[in-house]
Amino acid sequence: MADPMRIRAKLQGDTADVRILMRHPMETGTRKTSSGVVPLHFIQSVIVQHNGKTVLDAQWSQAVSQNPFLGVRVKGAKVGDKISVTWTDNKGDKRTDEVAVAAGS
Amino acid sequence: MKQLRRNFLKLSSGAGAIAAVAAAGLLQTGSTWAAPWNKSGFESKAVADIQKNLGVTNLIDSEDIVITAPDIAENGAIVPVAVTSKIPNTQRIIIIAENNPFPLAASFDLMDGAEGYVSTRIKMGKTSAVRVIVKADGKFYMATKEVKVTVGGCG
Repeated sequence: MADPMRIRAKLQGDTADVRILMRHPMETGTRKTSSGVVPLHFIQSVIVQHNGKTVLDAQWSQAVSQNPFLGVRVKGAKVGDKISVTWTDNKGDKRTDEVAVAAGS
Repeated sequence: MKQLRRNFLKLSSGAGAIAAVAAAGLLQTGSTWAAPWNKSGFESKAVADIQKNLGVTNLIDSEDIVITAPDIAENGAIVPVAVTSKIPNTQRIIIIAENNPFPLAASFDLMDGAEGYVSTRIKMGKTSAVRVIVKADGKFYMATKEVKVTVGGCG
């Protein structure tokens, strides 16, 4: 099972500033170690939902950095709204995590 | 194997719509995500091919796309790229690192409720222009920013 994501969602006005940090090796398939080439292993799809409604549907290549960062802004959000993030990688691994929108400082 | 193929053919002829989609090459086997991963686009090595595979036509240069990325990236493995699109009804933001072996880095579909903004970090093999294409109301807009890379991030 993949490691949990770190998600922060902070309200700024009526927009939630969502910052997501995923844990994933994002192997390009070209990196070599003493035991040979490390096979391609990367997140292909990321879906961000706001109270169950998809707001962002992303497709990625192996060119996204290791332990990927993603920032999005969700309009019309309120404190306590649910933000959930799901990623799927090229080996079929999946991970979903959810946070509630927090009040901005 | 033969048997499987026969079953598949039988099934698909029973559902004409599915057969038509499969014939058009839109149905990708093993895809479990909402929108099927654009294999042809992600495996293209030339920017022109990517644009063709993503259906990008009639590109318009736009100053309403703001690319926030460093002028000089010391570490090509982590190049922060943020895109803000002030174009109304921004539906899609595409990030392309032109000199990467596979230039298409990411494509973001923004639904109702998302601002025209994404921020991420990408790998860049060498100094290159970062090209951002924004789809809004069915039209395509473009902006680029040059990023100098001192140590490549594709090893």
